[in-house]
Amino acid sequence: MIKKIQNFFKEFNSREDDEKRSGKIYAVTSLFDTPNEIMNASTEVADKGYKRFDTFTPYPVHGLDQAMGITNPLVGPIAFVGGILGCFLALLMIWWMSDANYPNIIGGKPFFALPAAIPITFEGTVLLTGIATVVGMLVLLNKLPKINNPLNDTEFMKHVSSDKFGIVIGANDKNFSETEVRDLFQSLGGHSIQNVYYRESNLTDKTPLFDSKFIMTLIAVAGLTALVSYFTLNYVLYEVVPFDWMRHQAKINSQSPSDFFPDKAGMRTPVEGTVARGFMPYEYKGLPDSAVRLLANPLPASKNILERGQDRYNIFCSPCHGYFGEGDGRMNDQFPKPPSLHNNKVLNWMDGNIYHVLTNGQNVMPSYESQISRDDRWAIVHYVRALQRSKNAKDQDLPK
Amino acid sequence: MSYDSTYTREIPLVEARSGFKEIDSVLTHPLDTKPTKGWWIAFAISFTALLIGALSLANTLYFGIGEWGNNQPVGWAFDIVNFVFWIGIGHAGTLISAILFLFRQRWRTGIARFAEAMTIFAVMTAGIFPIIHTGRPWLAGYLLPLPNQNGVWVNFASPLLWDVFAVSTYFTISFLFWGIGLVPDLAVLRDRTTNKIKKTIYSVASLGWNFSNRNWSNYERAYLILAGISTPLVLSVHSIVSFDFAVSVIPGWHTTIFPPYFVAGAIFSGFGMVSTVLIIVRKVFDLEHIVTINHLEKMNKILLATGMMVGYAYAMEFFIAWYSGNTFEQFVFINRAFGPYAWAYWIMVSCNVFFPQLFWFKKVRRSIPITMVLVILVNVGMWFERFVIVVTSLHRDFLPSSWAMYAPTITDFGLLLGSFGFFFTFLLLFLKALPLVSIAEIKAVVEGAQPSIHPHPHSSNGEHK
Repeated sequence: MIKKIQNFFKEFNSREDDEKRSGKIYAVTSLFDTPNEIMNASTEVADKGYKRFDTFTPYPVHGLDQAMGITNPLVGPIAFVGGILGCFLALLMIWWMSDANYPNIIGGKPFFALPAAIPITFEGTVLLTGIATVVGMLVLLNKLPKINNPLNDTEFMKHVSSDKFGIVIGANDKNFSETEVRDLFQSLGGHSIQNVYYRESNLTDKTPLFDSKFIMTLIAVAGLTALVSYFTLNYVLYEVVPFDWMRHQAKINSQSPSDFFPDKAGMRTPVEGTVARGFMPYEYKGLPDSAVRLLANPLPASKNILERGQDRYNIFCSPCHGYFGEGDGRMNDQFPKPPSLHNNKVLNWMDGNIYHVLTNGQNVMPSYESQISRDDRWAIVHYVRALQRSKNAKDQDLPK
Repeated sequence: MSYDSTYTREIPLVEARSGFKEIDSVLTHPLDTKPTKGWWIAFAISFTALLIGALSLANTLYFGIGEWGNNQPVGWAFDIVNFVFWIGIGHAGTLISAILFLFRQRWRTGIARFAEAMTIFAVMTAGIFPIIHTGRPWLAGYLLPLPNQNGVWVNFASPLLWDVFAVSTYFTISFLFWGIGLVPDLAVLRDRTTNKIKKTIYSVASLGWNFSNRNWSNYERAYLILAGISTPLVLSVHSIVSFDFAVSVIPGWHTTIFPPYFVAGAIFSGFGMVSTVLIIVRKVFDLEHIVTINHLEKMNKILLATGMMVGYAYAMEFFIAWYSGNTFEQFVFINRAFGPYAWAYWIMVSCNVFFPQLFWFKKVRRSIPITMVLVILVNVGMWFERFVIVVTSLHRDFLPSSWAMYAPTITDFGLLLGSFGFFFTFLLLFLKALPLVSIAEIKAVVEGAQPSIHPHPHSSNGEHK
């Protein structure tokens, strides 16, 4: 593996470096030795009426702009637009988030107040000014990145990046003529006058941006980034996750053992003689239903309650009593058939009696106290009453 | 010529009139050669410190911040002390690159790149602390106003949120500033190297920069604008950091002097750190004629000035405590100077105010060993300043029944050590990977680099190509 990588680097290093140059001339270049020479030369070149020319210096030489007759009018406005945008967007964000979208009362202060918004607005302004300035300067104005510029990788560039000064007159200038330009450079004291030719890749219309390999790589990188960020954001950032996604917590779940108690059971029985708040024990437990003096159903006969009652009835009662309370449930052959709920006895019962049978049991029917909650039992009572009324409906019960 | 020629004539910024080629080779020398023994030793030390920090961090993340000494009433301690300390270190970089640039202090060229790199690494180091101090750093996403399932946004009225914006903006702008300074230098490296892999990397990183004057023209204007916006930015960042304290109602924190006081302290500590590192680096990398003794002397003068600003703030805090007639305020300051943490207070005052007074003497300013000792003391003193502000204000609050002392744990010290390791590891890698002085800028200030003739104004305007 390491050998392979080493070989790759070796092979990479011995690759032919210089891209093939075409026969088409891009520009004529000339070198100068001192800052004064380059000042004079660029003044002269500009005076001769050349437009497509440029001066190359290893560092910014002050005064060259005037000598070449150029200005840099656009950097400032780009920075200004960025700054205004940053200021506006920051204010808009603060106002929208804290006043419009989700107003939150914090210390009784106004949802949006300018003084508290100033620091972040300032930072936003600076941030976008900086980004706009740098991106505007590099990309919009200097047209970078452009690695395959014909001038790069030439002897000329190696000199002007280090210790020499240079002038380039482009072949696309309308006054361009190779001999005239060479003569001009010679008369100005330039040396190493050379032609620079286009690279072959400069002449083809294809931009490397639309190369299929490049696009495929971009798509792959984008997909990978999206996947990684999706999982990071979902499982690391916004789920509460110190290493185990909170699966393990310092608490005992129901049905699980515990070494803390002598009987090794995690679940505890209530302390002897105590009653949960609001849950007094059923006072007619074990008594015959004639003893029951129970009051009316505490729940209203609303649609929700009836539906809840139907749901519980179908689960717990219908196996024996049948879906309509006629005693024809699915357990018919295994268990004795219960009487119909539509006989006179049950019809004349008070709600409390039905509740008592559900809670206490009767004959073969066991108590359902531990399986059906108190409220659900009362809901079932409502539903049984609804079943009875539907079986003994009178004419005026029918919808008109 | 008057009696003392060094003070009447502008001192050459680069000694011994180096040629451009020589500058290139001196500044790229550390990049072209294998690391020296000294570098490896330094790297081993700082990397060990980094690993100790990583262990402490793992300990903190796994067991939680109960591993730290923080407890009621001292709920902020080393975490916030380190955060403010490192953010402060960063401020010197921006000050040197932006404010001195605007003041046309051309001597800054020798140290600007290095100080900017320090800014970036210091802000990275500082950024660790507020995130781990939240206790559940994996939820740090909630610091940003990102849409989330709860539908709720961040609290825009909180100075802690302003901090998030200030520090992240500061990092971004410092990085851009540093980055555009690097572009031409990377192009120099691209044209110098013979190794094709390096060349590919440099070509891409330099974006194909070609030294054209039309590009330089826009570049310089952009650099000026960046310097212009960085200046208020650097002042705002430490002001906002000081709001973390000043907006609360704790005596000793709730003061209006905090923003300027913090900014002056930040610049002071940052210059201390820049000097400390630079004295070693210029020796190790043979840059004594580029980062000259004159640079160090100028930095010492700034240290003297900012040290006295900090001293003024210490005195003014006492004065206001007395003048306000607020007994809680008075108690806090008397307690600082004479209470159980008096030792920390007097370390702070002596390192930051008393010892720098030695810089009044020219001999001291130009003596490298004494400067080295004094700037290290400045670093120590400024760390203790944050310690004094954070811990002494908290350990005696309004309710005497809750008074308690603060004792850092070994994890606290490990994280402090680790923060130095983190910073210096990055710094050492930077020294071997990128030119530590801006090649293009230093060439521009060599004697004879700028033309002696002035151009006449033109009527014809060249177009941008």
